[in-house]
Amino acid sequence: MDKPVVIVVGAGPAGTRAAQTLAQAGLRPVVLDENRLQGGQIYRRQPENFSRPASKLYGASARSATALHTAFEALLPHIDYRPETLAWGISSNQLLTEHHQHVETLPFDAMIIAAGATDRIMPCPGWTLPGVFTLGGAQIALKAQACTIGAAPIFMGTGPLLYLVAWQYLRAGVKPRAVLDTSSFKTRMKGLSGLRHRPAILAQGIRYMADLLRTGVPLHAGITPVRVEKQENDTDLRVRGVTWRTARGQLRHTEGDAVGIGYGLRSETQLADLLKCDFAFDALSRQWLPVTDEDGATSQKGIYLAGDGAGIRGADAAESAGELAALRCLADLGRPVAQKEVECLRDALKPMNAFRHGLETGFPWPWKNAADLPDETVICRCENVTAGDIRRAAGPLDAPEVNRAKAFVRVGMGRCQGRMCGLAGTEILAAARNIPIEEAGRIRSAAPVKPLPAKIRGIMT
Amino acid sequence: MSQPVTPTTARADVIIVGGGLMGAATAFFSRQRGLSVILLERDLVGQYASGTNFGNVRRQGRFLPQLPLANRSRVIWGRLPELIGEDVEFLPSGHVRVAFKQQDSARLEQYAQDCKPYGLELELYSGRKAVERFPMLSPDVDCASFSPLDGHANPRLAAPAFGRAARRAGATVLEGAEVTNITRTSEDFVVETAKSQRFTAPLLQISSGAWAQKMAAAFGENLPFTPKAPQMGVTEPVPYRIQPVIGYASWVEEEGVYLRQVKRGNIIFGGGQRGTVDLVAKRARLDPLNTVRQMPHLERILPDFARLRVIRTWAGIEGYTEDDLPVMGPSARIPGLYYAFGFCGHGFQLGPGVGATMADLLATGQTEIPLAPFSIARFAQPSAQ
Ligand SMILES: Cc1cc2nc3c(=O)[nH]c(=O)nc-3n(C[C@H](O)[C@H](O)[C@H](O)COP(=O)(O)OP(=O)(O)OC[C@H]3O[C@@H](n4cnc5c(N)ncnc54)[C@H](O)[C@@H]3O)c2cc1C
Ligand SMILES: Cc1cc2nc3c(=O)[nH]c(=O)nc-3n(C[C@H](O)[C@H](O)[C@H](O)COP(=O)(O)OP(=O)(O)OC[C@H]3O[C@@H](n4cnc5c(N)ncnc54)[C@H](O)[C@@H]3O)c2cc1C
Repeated sequence: MDKPVVIVVGAGPAGTRAAQTLAQAGLRPVVLDENRLQGGQIYRRQPENFSRPASKLYGASARSATALHTAFEALLPHIDYRPETLAWGISSNQLLTEHHQHVETLPFDAMIIAAGATDRIMPCPGWTLPGVFTLGGAQIALKAQACTIGAAPIFMGTGPLLYLVAWQYLRAGVKPRAVLDTSSFKTRMKGLSGLRHRPAILAQGIRYMADLLRTGVPLHAGITPVRVEKQENDTDLRVRGVTWRTARGQLRHTEGDAVGIGYGLRSETQLADLLKCDFAFDALSRQWLPVTDEDGATSQKGIYLAGDGAGIRGADAAESAGELAALRCLADLGRPVAQKEVECLRDALKPMNAFRHGLETGFPWPWKNAADLPDETVICRCENVTAGDIRRAAGPLDAPEVNRAKAFVRVGMGRCQGRMCGLAGTEILAAARNIPIEEAGRIRSAAPVKPLPAKIRGIMT
Repeated sequence: MSQPVTPTTARADVIIVGGGLMGAATAFFSRQRGLSVILLERDLVGQYASGTNFGNVRRQGRFLPQLPLANRSRVIWGRLPELIGEDVEFLPSGHVRVAFKQQDSARLEQYAQDCKPYGLELELYSGRKAVERFPMLSPDVDCASFSPLDGHANPRLAAPAFGRAARRAGATVLEGAEVTNITRTSEDFVVETAKSQRFTAPLLQISSGAWAQKMAAAFGENLPFTPKAPQMGVTEPVPYRIQPVIGYASWVEEEGVYLRQVKRGNIIFGGGQRGTVDLVAKRARLDPLNTVRQMPHLERILPDFARLRVIRTWAGIEGYTEDDLPVMGPSARIPGLYYAFGFCGHGFQLGPGVGATMADLLATGQTEIPLAPFSIARFAQPSAQ
């Protein structure tokens, strides 16, 4: 029999380890990533002519980063690597890709999707002003381009990335004006029992906070964002600062020239949706996720998920999960697999699951804020849809779930197809109709997964 | 559109099965004529073909004997704000059909002559004049036929707006009410739903779109019928420049693409090969490769299309008859039974007119709109009679 074709989507930590495992078993997987360089999010590489050392770029995870990059270089002769290649659709049993305006149809026997995550966004008035970035975006600017989002940034949101990015800015010589966390101390304590499962990571987080405090960066807990302020001059739309409420409800204002916002991450699940994998509501993260077993096998034969794309567990878990999904895929293809290795990986992932639980409990998405957003707050920025529009869909237009609201008022209908606004929009709908969030549904995916050039120069089959 | 109290049993003058644009508009106009109405929609009003279509409000190019109905509908489209309280983004910004081949141009010229007696006035632009009049078009266009009073509207809004208006006017509009059984007593139709609701009425309209064939067959009026899935897509928004809807008048299926720009800026397009349908799962199977195949033809009409990016594709479920004409009018066998289904990919424009015309029939048994070509009797098997 010919070698089975296995496609790995994504060359971050999960995809890289999956590809490596497949190659070690004698397969030649197709590895595609829309990025120009391998590495994924956390181990994103800088452009070729940049020369900062790994220790500067990746800090505490420099070693893992270098290890992953080196492993990938060694893999290159053994895989069919396609950078700058977008996986954008499914046609029959073929993956559709696009590379420099060329479309290709790739038949496959199995696919491991390691598509990662994006920032999770809770809008607030003013979040669309120039100078407001997501936390991840603020980090990419620094990591990949050696740029900062401003000279006096404010970081707002919740989750470990909030402190990491603030700390990375501090180290880069840009002192944040404040770190505003929606999670209170009390809430964080609830997450502690889970976070304790990875003491080193927990200690690192505490160190970031301590460093920030020591240099005089104010850290506020339990805050509620009120608004990102713009310059008083009406023609200058840039950010002037953030108005927020303390845990006790007092109004405060922090001056700054840029804002990084993020509330943890959300998984990229469109490909799994296009492949008709079953989804289930995940109460912990309040979102619909593809159903997988502990190895990453989905409800569809031959389709596996690994890394942040299957649920947010971080980079180390992504590496283990990539390897585990690949082993499972090999076993399903009838290849010999060392059961001990499988058990080992499953065991390694257990504390990661507990850690994820701790993160979501200790730094929860402040979903309740959605109900209180003023009507004029833009939620879907692609289509300029406000909270009021969504409430009109929920009320007078009687949309029972989010796809119907989308049909009526265009929420989630733009370039990002709801990847950024979908969760918040659904919360607003659920609150307005007073129904549980799981009844408000999830935005259905459709091809293309990301915008596709209308000029296609050729189709290769 | 959850009715505050969901009745489990009720009687009315007419029961309408299916809340697409046909059913919703019929419900509205039937109320205007004073009939009591129960509209039963399996899912949400306007969720299928009526809510997923391209949005073309086009008369030119239609089967000529259908023009009286299309003209009536066009008048209603213009009056929607006064009738149902909203305009559903109807823009009477014109419709252009372009041809690249001389034989296709000749057909456009012929049509422009033939439709005149029906009151449809078209403007023809040949060669260079076409691009002077419509600068966004490719210079290769051989002929452009312009229908200034046609246009486009937002399909996602139209049927639900009729549904709400019907309800405000006193119709019982039930969503989540899947009709599972229809029987007939001496005076009434008895209609049962999956939730064991039971409704009765002396008049019944079947307007369940691609799902209607089985219901007609149950009354002994089967017909050759194929559900298909026309494929649509939309680009990212760009400044609003293209007012008219533009269609490619080709008699080759793959080439037959069309596009329109909404005021928000996105360009919606469709046409070419159609996908297949799973009626049980209620899913249209979209092949994204068809989208890729549409693109060169779209670029051929509108060269700047090539500079855009496509952000979404979708398909809708539509019922097609053998002669590409709908089934509309009274049953040939059962008194009190009426049909309005199988609109073969061109029912959106007709919807409001179909509603008004079906209301004529339901209320009075007759209408001034000629419906003979659409009678279900044309499919009757001589042997079955
Ligand atoms: C912006 C951002 C910054 C982050 N920074 C940190 C950090 O500093 N520290 C930390 O511990 N964690 C960070 N995280 C979390 C981090 O994502 C994970 O720890 C880790 O990178 C997950 O690995 P992964 O392989 O699952 O996904 P990723 O590393 O995200 O890799 C996914 C890859 O898939 C590719 N891809 C996705 N969809 C497609 C498609 N349709 N076609 C082709 N390619 C596709 C992407 O280009 C990407 O390279 C960050 C996350 C984000 C979103
Ligand atoms: C993608 C696409 C593009 C199109 N573009 C255009 C265009 O540009 N211009 C144009 O004029 N036309 C266009 N059309 C055609 C037009 O959309 C249809 O002809 C028209 O919407 C048909 O309306 P309908 O009410 O008959 O069907 P539908 O809208 O399909 O309504 C039928 C309803 O019946 C319900 N139903 C089915 N079974 C049951 C049951 N057992 N009990 C209760 N309810 C039931 C369904 O849920 C559905 O809501 C297009 C169609 C498609 C699919």
